[in-house]
Amino acid sequence: MSGTNPKAAENGAVWRPRPGRPPPPTMVGALGWMRENLFSSFFNGCLTFASLAFLLLTVPPLLDWMLFEAAFGAARESCAGAAGACWSVVIARWDQLMYGFYPEAEHWRPNLAFCLLLAALYYGLYDGAPGRKYGLMFCAAFPFIAYWLLYGGFGGLAFVESAKWGGLLLTITMGVTGISVSIPLGVLLALGRRSEMRVISGMCVVFIEYIRGVPLITILFFSNIALPLFLPEGVTIDGYLRAVVGMCLFASGYMAEVIRGGLQAIPRGQYEAADALGMGYWRTTALIVLPQALRISIPGIVNTSIALYKETTLVALVGLFDLLGISRAIVADQEWLGLDVDLYVFIAVGFFIFCFSMSRYSLWLEKRLARGEDR
Amino acid sequence: MANEAAAPGGRESIWTDLRFRSILTQTLALGVAVLVLYGLTYNAARNMGSLGKEISFWFLTQPAGFDIPLTLIPYSPTSPVIDVYFVGLLNTLLLSSLGCVLATALGFVLALMRLSKNWLLSRIVYCYVEFMRNIPLLLQIIFWYAVLLGLPRWSRADRPRFGFYLNNRGLFGPAPDFQPDFWWVALAFLAAAAASIVLRRRARARQEATGRTFPVFWTSLALLAGLPLAAWLLTGGPVELLHPRATRFNLRGGMVVRPEFIAILLALTLYTGAFISEIVRAGVLAVHRGQTEAAFALGLRRSLNMRLVVIPQAMRVIIPPLTSQYLNLTKNSSLAYAVGFAELFAVYAGIALNQTGKEIEIMAMTMATYLVISLLISAFMNWYNRRVKLMER
Repeated sequence: MSGTNPKAAENGAVWRPRPGRPPPPTMVGALGWMRENLFSSFFNGCLTFASLAFLLLTVPPLLDWMLFEAAFGAARESCAGAAGACWSVVIARWDQLMYGFYPEAEHWRPNLAFCLLLAALYYGLYDGAPGRKYGLMFCAAFPFIAYWLLYGGFGGLAFVESAKWGGLLLTITMGVTGISVSIPLGVLLALGRRSEMRVISGMCVVFIEYIRGVPLITILFFSNIALPLFLPEGVTIDGYLRAVVGMCLFASGYMAEVIRGGLQAIPRGQYEAADALGMGYWRTTALIVLPQALRISIPGIVNTSIALYKETTLVALVGLFDLLGISRAIVADQEWLGLDVDLYVFIAVGFFIFCFSMSRYSLWLEKRLARGEDR
Repeated sequence: MANEAAAPGGRESIWTDLRFRSILTQTLALGVAVLVLYGLTYNAARNMGSLGKEISFWFLTQPAGFDIPLTLIPYSPTSPVIDVYFVGLLNTLLLSSLGCVLATALGFVLALMRLSKNWLLSRIVYCYVEFMRNIPLLLQIIFWYAVLLGLPRWSRADRPRFGFYLNNRGLFGPAPDFQPDFWWVALAFLAAAAASIVLRRRARARQEATGRTFPVFWTSLALLAGLPLAAWLLTGGPVELLHPRATRFNLRGGMVVRPEFIAILLALTLYTGAFISEIVRAGVLAVHRGQTEAAFALGLRRSLNMRLVVIPQAMRVIIPPLTSQYLNLTKNSSLAYAVGFAELFAVYAGIALNQTGKEIEIMAMTMATYLVISLLISAFMNWYNRRVKLMER
């Protein structure tokens, strides 16, 4: 244009391009990211400032309360001048929070059981572990070893009655027992519900729907209060066992539904192919159907396990001293009166760490399992 | 019939006949179940006999002998035990319906914030949701209760904030006192609601016939707000607020929400709201982007796209898991037992059971009640789900 501009030619000026337009607002780097995600519009910018204000109002006081102005002394007296939390209760009662009333000389037994649990989890949950075949055998044997370690009574270990178990030890024991018993029970119930035999599927439906229709606390109360009436005379079972039986039955109802979802996802062709190969019901189930169905339902199983782990706190209401129960007992003590919020925050953080890592594991597994489908 | 399969060869044993084996297995299973049940009943009868107890429901007519702080029906310690049951049941229903409404509202708001394009807001909500979901509900209930009981005591120097006092005895606020003329306001509201429904139908019919639209939403809003307001002004404000008055030792009058109720309602709402927000988010994300793009290509506005295209399809994904959250909330309301709010489980399976010693009867009644509530909710939601599904075509 300007080249043919008569005016420009008159002046004998050289053609000059107009100055370049400013570059577009950057879309890369930190600034670009902020522009896109925090200030993309006026409203969005307002949201950002509101969120920042919210964070400024909540986070510093919370950190002050939890860390900077908190007292970490081992005695109640050290909390006298502190404006924040009093963690002395946690420090002074650490043993009780971990083991309940388990005899101090025997604390190595729960510790060892916990280390074995970590090993079992490593082999059971991570399929890339070396020597996994033996690892899985160890997983199967683990519950028996752990119960022997905790109860004792023979093989050179002193007997420790379950009434003395408590704290994190009891929470983990109940959670792990509940999860590992409810999965096989859930498989059986799910298979039963899908069975073509009317009587069997009917019984399973009634059981599952009943369990899922009532709150866990009613089951725990029932097994605590009314169950002794249904047992033969002279037979008594201790409070721990009563709670754990109720817990396992409850969890198996939920597991059954999760696994049934997995079973339903198996195409008919798989059954037909197994039939064509002349496999019977149990072989079809064990070799063809279950491996696929369980694989599909793993995320659901982990979610149910997290829920179960959280629900173990309910045993505090039937007089057991799990993490929550022992905390309630500690803050009822004259010495630590008024520190309930502090202690509950502490165990809340503990539960959060456990459950959150389980849910991350579930997500990781879901991604890993989906990898095969992506091709 | 049963031996048909074995007939052709004649050599096959009856044990390989599928039908026979199926009947045998089922008979065995049934037999075992009956035996176990018989054994349990036998034991129960024997144990109760030796304790001098028997199963009967006559205790329901006897006076309860204890008081309950919050009752929706007339109740006194001399009322029969059956009244305790109904008081508890109504309180459970009150708690869980309030909880469901609040948790749904919170869940939808949280989901909206989580889906927002604003990174910071979405992260904050993510942290909230993960934190809430991974802490046991019972712990949360007990935590809030401890926080509320740790509030300062009431003192005469307290001044109300927005007409409310919050102290370790609960939330004190003004109680509405409805004068007889209030009926006119209620009537005006009902009339406005009816008019809005008629208006909506007319507007839709007109739009389908002529294509002309009508601002139904704003008109309805004006009606719903305006008519009651007009009635209110005409009758001269027929609601009086009874404020709590400070007496020497306490606050008297007005309305009080006790800390137990606040704690359980707060915990149920915050906990279930976090779960619901994830459900709603998943539902909205499940609607394919192509749907929105197609709606824009057809010239629908953003709001219309949301209302007519995205939400109806998202609802179909949202409703089944939402149902199970409502079920969970109702069942979890029984955890109010931990803080002593007088709902069904706490008051009936807790106090009444201790008073009467009727373990089996009371536990059976309580469990049956929760079972019926659960089955009713899931039946209702199944029906609703089917209705939503029918709109698919």
